[in-house]
Amino acid sequence: MSDRSVENIDRRRFLKLTGLSAGGLVLGATLPGWQPSWAAGLDKGGELNLFVSIDGDDTVSIVCHRSEMGQGIRTGLPQVVADELEADWQKVKVVQGLGDKRYGSQNTDGSRSVRRFYDTMRRMGASARTMLERAAAERWNVPAKECAARNHVIIHIPTDRRLGFGELAAAAAKQAVPDEKDLRLKDSAQFNYIGKPVDTVDTPDMVTGRANYGQDVHLDNMLIASIERAPVLGSGIAKLDDSAARKVRGLVAVERLDGGAEPPLFKPLSGVAVLAHNTWTALKARKLLNIEWTESPHEQHDSDDYLETLKDNVRQTGKTAVAEGDVDIALETASRQHSAIYTLPYLAHATMEPPSATAVVGEEGCEIWSCVQDPQSVQQHVGQALGLPPEKVKVNVTFLGGGFGRKSKPDFVVEAALLAKKMQRPVKVVWSREDDIRHDYYHAASAAYFQAGLDEHGKVDGWLQRTAFPSIGGTFQPGVDHPANFELDLGLTDLPFAIANRRTETQQADYHARIGWLRSVSNIQNAFGVCSFADELAHINGRRPDEFLLDLIGPDRKIDPSQGDYKYGNYGETLEKFPIDTARLKNVLRRTAARADFDTDGGEGWGIAVHRSFLSYVGIATRVQVRDEQLKILQMHCVADVGLAVNPDRVKSQMEGAMIFGMSLALMGEIKMQNGAVANSNFHDYPLLRMHQCPSLTVELVASGEPPAGVGEPGVPPVAPSITNAIFAASGQRIRELPINKHLKIG
Amino acid sequence: MKINVNGTAHQIEVEEDMPLLWVLRDELRLTGTKFGCGGGFCGACTIHLDGQPMRACLTPVSLAKGKQITTIEGLSENGDHPLQQAWIEHNVPQCGYCQSGQLMSAAALLAHNASPSDGEIDQAMTGNLCRCGTYPRIRSAIKTAAVKSATFENAAAREGEN
Ligand code: FES
Ligand code: FES
Repeated sequence: MSDRSVENIDRRRFLKLTGLSAGGLVLGATLPGWQPSWAAGLDKGGELNLFVSIDGDDTVSIVCHRSEMGQGIRTGLPQVVADELEADWQKVKVVQGLGDKRYGSQNTDGSRSVRRFYDTMRRMGASARTMLERAAAERWNVPAKECAARNHVIIHIPTDRRLGFGELAAAAAKQAVPDEKDLRLKDSAQFNYIGKPVDTVDTPDMVTGRANYGQDVHLDNMLIASIERAPVLGSGIAKLDDSAARKVRGLVAVERLDGGAEPPLFKPLSGVAVLAHNTWTALKARKLLNIEWTESPHEQHDSDDYLETLKDNVRQTGKTAVAEGDVDIALETASRQHSAIYTLPYLAHATMEPPSATAVVGEEGCEIWSCVQDPQSVQQHVGQALGLPPEKVKVNVTFLGGGFGRKSKPDFVVEAALLAKKMQRPVKVVWSREDDIRHDYYHAASAAYFQAGLDEHGKVDGWLQRTAFPSIGGTFQPGVDHPANFELDLGLTDLPFAIANRRTETQQADYHARIGWLRSVSNIQNAFGVCSFADELAHINGRRPDEFLLDLIGPDRKIDPSQGDYKYGNYGETLEKFPIDTARLKNVLRRTAARADFDTDGGEGWGIAVHRSFLSYVGIATRVQVRDEQLKILQMHCVADVGLAVNPDRVKSQMEGAMIFGMSLALMGEIKMQNGAVANSNFHDYPLLRMHQCPSLTVELVASGEPPAGVGEPGVPPVAPSITNAIFAASGQRIRELPINKHLKIG
Repeated sequence: MKINVNGTAHQIEVEEDMPLLWVLRDELRLTGTKFGCGGGFCGACTIHLDGQPMRACLTPVSLAKGKQITTIEGLSENGDHPLQQAWIEHNVPQCGYCQSGQLMSAAALLAHNASPSDGEIDQAMTGNLCRCGTYPRIRSAIKTAAVKSATFENAAAREGEN
């Protein structure tokens, strides 16, 4: 396998790896899995997880047996493979290789999928095509270069003889797999499916109620568990009186779960599980539990006070993360200075499907059915909890009713596994909406201080940015009390402005609640600060925001933020392949600004924001109306340069979704904590944008031959600042503290 | 207790106060009706009771006695209700979790109002949350379906006649 990533495999091995039998040509390849930083070094690698088989009856099956590949892949994968293969789309099917295929994999956190797998998938399609061409050449006894694949047949060009893929499949299987250097990849002008709209394979199941999600799993003899968890992080069960609960008819058992010591990791929280034959009985009995919780070091935590503390902290000099030039001198000698503090509250993922997991534990190991984003992490953490090696944990990934980062944390799966072991029968853990809102891995509350020094011409000469928020690192390590570099890399250290003197600092932010990744992560607060502050500076200078921003970004160039010990992360990719390219950013900015009318008045105004994240460039232009302290968002336009869009319609729908996700957080997203516990509980006090609040949305994709970049997340960060910038344009009111409904009514 | 779901009678033994949501999901294994909030806030559990849209999470099963219950599984026989077709045409679903409820609310709307205005669509659909953000496509798909429905004898209409 030295110079190939694709291998020919025999039918017996195929059967073993995928649970399917096949005739004809079968190729296997390995799609690299994404490794979160905590899992570095755990991947054994090398195991085949993608297969293409061509049968005698012409059917091309594309089989995924590892389920981390997710939503983008289930449609994007056949598109890419079939295109290089020159297959007829009608004869291609996507198969989930292991487990029950009703439980198709569906990972909504797809920013990485297509980007990481694109090259492997193309090589796989091209390998199969080349083998078919060579088989045909042998059959006709002609040079292979005279044979070409077109829409499921191989044609001998000089004589126009034709053989179908099915007729050649068996002979092609006997060909050697071509070396990578011999593969001819298509030119993008020849693409049939890549970059073209293709229906999502799972849609018909989703509109008929047939798609099975984690919450929908049913096994014979299964119990349903509903769990009352400790309201404050770090507390456990002091006293339990379950006598009333036990009187409920249909109740089967009451079990304790011990969360153990901090850090929280992906362990379950301490709690009391009520198990019954149906969900309703479990929920009812749970309400009758009487639990006293032990004291916790976090029980004084109050999110409002906490934000005040963070604001105080960012006013003080912090720890320098990266610096260029001399910001202090630049600020001192500036003819004009401006500073501002921005804050965002804690946020919850609130996936439409609350977490749920079903487990069976037997002598042999454990089997899981669940809506998880990262099955390998499930194997590891369930394995640890049960004392099993990861390979003894089999994970069947169901559809995910939304992920956004929540379902990459398998705490809820570990709960199911522990309970299934105790009960010695299948257990499904059902999280309620209240459980979901109160026991999330929250997006960090944050405060950021920005200070700029301008020269007499209004040119920005010094830029200081200082941020404080509880780090995701605190979830894995005790004592983490400053943002980490990987969180600054998401929008601060990669600041694309041509400013000679600048410094990025962090300030103290203690850890009091579980913190995790939420769609676009710290880009949310970092872009809100940068894009708001740049807009403020434009207005101070009396300049049009887009023109001022173009000056700020400066000449076309590729930026490398690394210096000294500090190495810029670039989303795990090289800067050669995915540079920070100011020309692309400016192009997106110009096209975004072209949609906005900065001279609008009469209580209406336009705001714009542009941001690079997940290697993509996204601009948002928003038109709002502010009247009688009431805000109405009238229109929103998105310009996205995501490199090559494999499925443009899917990219557009992800951008629409990102705009709506961004509006929810900007307008109304706020998790409040009081006495260490989350005060919100359901959609009435953790509201999401509703249809009547959703303006008309348009998306414009920049045609690009650059490699495919992230899609699911980069639409989110510029949304909030485009709205607050528009509010300023409409009303002169500068909103620096989200959510907006603290300042204006939402119409 | 006897209930009628999608034209089939079922004999069930459950407490009278059990919400229809859990009867459908846990007892009858009709899991197309989704659990999103349990409090009437999200619409993921929307079903029809004698053609009227209802939140199954707030409807005790006792209220459904003697009535026709329609779930997403019974919206059409072959998944070809004009709304289902329009949903596919507009590529509406993202994660898909909210879509059963969206479709049931939309079907009830079209059954009573063959060509709803934008405002009427917003009003009928505002109780259905979609975290993935498919609202613009839902709006377009409802309009497409409204045009097609004229010729389609939809499930809601059938319920009305029964
Ligand atoms: S589950 Fe019934 S309205 Fe949300
Ligand atoms: S499609 Fe995911 S919640 Fe609506």
